[in-house]
Amino acid sequence: MSAPILTVSGLRRHFVQTKGFPRPVTTTVRAVDGVDFSIRPGEAFGLVGESGCGKSTAARALLRLIEPDDGEIRFAGQDVRAASGRDLVALRRRMQIIFQDPYSSLNPRRTIGRTLMEPLEVHGVARGEAARARSIALLEEVGLPPAAMGRYPHEFSGGQRQRIGIARALALEPELIVADEPVSALDVSVQAQVLLLLKDLQRRRGLAFLFVSHDLGVISWFCSRVAVMYLGRIVEQGPVAQVFATPRHPYTAMLRDASPIPDPSRRGILPRVIGEIPSAAAPPPGCHFHPRCPKATEICRTTYPEWNDAGGHGAACHHPEGG
Amino acid sequence: MKALLRNPTTAIGAIMCALIVAAALLAPWLAPFDPVDQNILDRMQPPGGDFLLGSDVFGRDVLSRILWGARISLVVAVTSIALAIVIGGAIGMVSGYIGGKFDLLVMQVMDVLLSFPALILGLIVVALLGAEIHNLIIAITLTAIAPFARIARAPVLSLKERAFVEAGRALGFSHARVLFVHILPNILSEVLVMGSLWMATAVRTEASLSFIGLGVKPPTPTWGGMMRDGFDSILDAPWLSVFPGIAILMLVLGLNMVGDGLRDATDPKLSGS
Repeated sequence: MSAPILTVSGLRRHFVQTKGFPRPVTTTVRAVDGVDFSIRPGEAFGLVGESGCGKSTAARALLRLIEPDDGEIRFAGQDVRAASGRDLVALRRRMQIIFQDPYSSLNPRRTIGRTLMEPLEVHGVARGEAARARSIALLEEVGLPPAAMGRYPHEFSGGQRQRIGIARALALEPELIVADEPVSALDVSVQAQVLLLLKDLQRRRGLAFLFVSHDLGVISWFCSRVAVMYLGRIVEQGPVAQVFATPRHPYTAMLRDASPIPDPSRRGILPRVIGEIPSAAAPPPGCHFHPRCPKATEICRTTYPEWNDAGGHGAACHHPEGG
Repeated sequence: MKALLRNPTTAIGAIMCALIVAAALLAPWLAPFDPVDQNILDRMQPPGGDFLLGSDVFGRDVLSRILWGARISLVVAVTSIALAIVIGGAIGMVSGYIGGKFDLLVMQVMDVLLSFPALILGLIVVALLGAEIHNLIIAITLTAIAPFARIARAPVLSLKERAFVEAGRALGFSHARVLFVHILPNILSEVLVMGSLWMATAVRTEASLSFIGLGVKPPTPTWGGMMRDGFDSILDAPWLSVFPGIAILMLVLGLNMVGDGLRDATDPKLSGS
């Protein structure tokens, strides 16, 4: 087992908002509230959770697209939070991001060629004809013809745009790609193509992935390890097969049971999901999950459970399944 | 561009503006007389005859003065609006991009500037600095900075949340690059449309300041100044005020028509092209 390429520990990002007059009320949204995980080179690591659990914020915070408030991020041994100026630019070359919405991720007024060549030129990787040739190669790698170079984003479909976004992310030959819900804005048939492309790229280029999604199916197909987030914290983490086959945290079990199985013979009654996800501005005391948890007891209402790591498949629960 | 001129209103406006620009450029050749040449014997001639649009109290040809006056109006309007676009646009873009308290402060200052009626602000500046053409330009620029800051800021606020801006940051682009290379082209059409509409306002402000005697000094011909000069004898010699008035009307109307056309042309499918 090689050393991790990315280590995140105690990552924290709170959004503070003061609103109201004449008596302003300050609310603190604990979007990311102490998250730890690590990703090994070439590994696909999934981050899964409901809407609003902070998974996208966590992903952006580790690229410093949103400044984290606290915690440590180490990329290949380098302190990401301490980097500035030239160091930060150099770090950014090695970690790239793919966005959820292919319609807003490309500048509508620039041709695809300019979009792809610009990062090469800014970083001094290639200029002029060389940059052009590399961009065409990138397009080819994501399955688009060289003719796309002269076109504008609005001439492409959502799936094609997502491929262009992927090509742009690959332009600087990063080692880690943060994929923020890369397929959830696409049609199911296009989703499959884009996922296959990502898988192929991962294999061919040895890319490490942080794959953020709310889709357990996509995560379990794409990733080897997964972390489940709930209200800004990771509640369970481990190898994908284990986490989804034998979840230790009741929340993971609930998520798994709520996702439909495409097999009529196994059609059953979906378990009732109790309650809504609470607001991250006012998380419940004790274990954040206790108001929705079927196994909650007195201790869950008062104390946040310690992380217990059982051989790489850990959970933060007072009453984990299977010990 | 073709689609733009297919709209008859816009086409008419464009023709009106083109005529005035041509008149200003060709004034030395088109004007039958020297615009400042006085000829007491021929004073207060009605239109027709030697003087196509009549002559004024000093016997100067009204047509020649209108043709030469077009230069002042256009130079003042174009220069001051161009300056306002650059200065106001930059203020608005940077303010919107940085956001937070800085944005709040800058926009409050702009609101203060905006609260002065254009004419009053122009009056203050010209009264302080003196009635010279460059002071007139400064005055009108000042009145137009705040609206352009507002116009430039609004789209920046929404664009900076778009993923392509975030992608630029993730790719290691500098803030200046993101703002001026990526965001600027996306707001340019909105700002330019506003520019053509404000050009009309600038023409009016210039004419108004000249009318109240704070414009370019006589004997240099300006449309507003000519109207004022003719105002004393409006009942005896209405052509003295009416013709420069028509010239102002044509330019302002033409600019507004073009501006409206541009706005309609860029509005509906902005995200597309």
